[in-house]
Amino acid sequence: MKKILWMMLACGALAGCASDKPLEKTAQPEAKPQEQAVVAPAPTTAAAPMDDVDTQAVAKADASKPQEQAAAAPVAVPASVQAEADAKKAAEAEGARRAAAEAAAIAQLQAKQAVAAKADPLNDSNGALGKRSTHFPFDVDRIQEEDKALVQAHGEYLESRPDRKVRIEGNADERGSTEYNLGLGQRRANNTKRALVLSGAEEGQIETMSYGEERPKCTQHEESCWWQNRRADIVYK
Amino acid sequence: MLRAVALLLLLVSLPAHAALEIEITGAGENQVPISVVPFAGEEQLNLSIAKVVADDLMRTGLFKMIDPSGRLPHEPRDIKYSDWDGVEALVIGSVSKLGDDRVEVRFRLMDAVKRSEMFGHIVSARSDQLRAIAHRIADMVFTRLTGSNGVFSTRIAYVNRNAGNYRLVVADSDGYGEQTILASKEPIMSPAWSPDGTHLAYVSFEQGRAMVFVQSLLTRQRILIAAFPGSNSAPTWSPDGRQLAVVLTRDGSSQIYLVRADGSDLRRITFSGAIDTEPCFSPDGRYILFTSDRGGSAQVYRMPAEGGTATRMTFEGSNNFSPRFSPDGKSFVFSHVSGGVFYIATQDFDSMEMQILTSGGWEKKPSFSPNGKLVLFATEVQGRGILATVSSDGRVKQKMFPQQGDIREPMWSPYLRQ
Repeated sequence: MKKILWMMLACGALAGCASDKPLEKTAQPEAKPQEQAVVAPAPTTAAAPMDDVDTQAVAKADASKPQEQAAAAPVAVPASVQAEADAKKAAEAEGARRAAAEAAAIAQLQAKQAVAAKADPLNDSNGALGKRSTHFPFDVDRIQEEDKALVQAHGEYLESRPDRKVRIEGNADERGSTEYNLGLGQRRANNTKRALVLSGAEEGQIETMSYGEERPKCTQHEESCWWQNRRADIVYK
Repeated sequence: MLRAVALLLLLVSLPAHAALEIEITGAGENQVPISVVPFAGEEQLNLSIAKVVADDLMRTGLFKMIDPSGRLPHEPRDIKYSDWDGVEALVIGSVSKLGDDRVEVRFRLMDAVKRSEMFGHIVSARSDQLRAIAHRIADMVFTRLTGSNGVFSTRIAYVNRNAGNYRLVVADSDGYGEQTILASKEPIMSPAWSPDGTHLAYVSFEQGRAMVFVQSLLTRQRILIAAFPGSNSAPTWSPDGRQLAVVLTRDGSSQIYLVRADGSDLRRITFSGAIDTEPCFSPDGRYILFTSDRGGSAQVYRMPAEGGTATRMTFEGSNNFSPRFSPDGKSFVFSHVSGGVFYIATQDFDSMEMQILTSGGWEKKPSFSPNGKLVLFATEVQGRGILATVSSDGRVKQKMFPQQGDIREPMWSPYLRQ
């Protein structure tokens, strides 16, 4: 008695086949973010060409005028030639003046920026803003007493510089599940944000995220390592 | 009496090398002595199907594999039973190449004590599906000998982390046929199989922070189902596959939400203000187990699947994480922490008694095989992240070493449609 049982394992019916050739083909594009990810790179790619267009347009306008006038010169009457030459000289002088003024303005701006950079306390690695990590005891997400001055300084700086934005990255040691640690790191980031806001920063200046235990600074199974990994980093954008 | 099973696998070849090296310790209480005799005609293939069958069965720890040592029967009439004293069952068979690049395997399971045939089958598939044929044969033999379904044709998903490169991988349950589903420079976490095994939900940091994606393993298409401010993580599917539970921090601390598989109809179901995470639906869909530190330390809780009063389930050790229901819904497996050591443990819902299955280490993220006989988890050996399994009675242990990198976040698939 032969009973024939056909088991149709067509590609659509088995997950096993799903991950075969069709998958490998698209593996590269898939690695790139889809949907929302497409939205993210858009602003940067759009910004670059626009700058190019601007500078080209300025160069063209300046160069084309004298060229047209030169081409017209041989057929024009001498008086108007002279007039045009005067006009050209005047235009050149005006152009030079403008260029000089622009150069001066740029130099001034650069000098200002240099002074500002020197003065920006954020660039002083030994200053109050040099430390940018809050640390936490095991399974604790409250800001610790010893980190309060650090957070206060960053909060006040953000208040004084409403143009600056930060991202707070929470982390945890490995003693927990990866998901619990993601949640714990997020709470550490959230509490660091709250402390910054209490010190003067605006909510809108601060974004939070967590790496949980996924990005350890140190990978030994000991407290000296774990301590480094239980932290929230204030990352200026 | 032969039954024919044709595997019409429209597939291309799987890589022949093992991505994982396997080491087994311990043994079942009463190992059944059996022998898988090399099949006639195997020498014309680039793989011994009988060896893959034998390896599958051996890894369960339930069988004592007897070397045929030169005895090579392929048909019942070839068997001299007096040669097989002490062997309870024999797998014999033959392989033939069909036209159209197909291979057919005829095999029989013989009762060497009663000296009779238990059953026979014909399995055929394309010649690049030899391992799939072998796993099917092993499943049929296992089912007949033990009464429970085999899981050799199922798959596992895990994350391989290698020097800052992350890969979401799906492989056969024996570690062969490793395929990369997603490669990223940013962390990948928490793969979760849809109940029909056709989709994976997972957490990827590729857009700068944890977001939940659902990806088809058939078409490779995927959708972003949770990308709220903060962290989006811990996806898990309801048994009917229509919705997922996810964990979001958009309202502050990690809380559990339900969402349809297309990302619509988001509903918050926990309101603790603590860390509520790692939800897992009961097989009947009525309950959710999850991890919460609402009582001061991370413990396992259970609540109705639509939300409501949560009941604390774990009380031993310092912390308990990552609960997963057993396939029959009668118990759950979790990561138990005591004295700073992580163990894999199960607990029965009726008796509430906890049983530790392992000797301890950095043992995390357990999940049951779909027949409930084995538990897959992540652990560490000499600083390397590896996969391990333990039988649900704790007797048989297996370690699977990756060729490179660290393995994290493993998850056993459900039965796959065949």
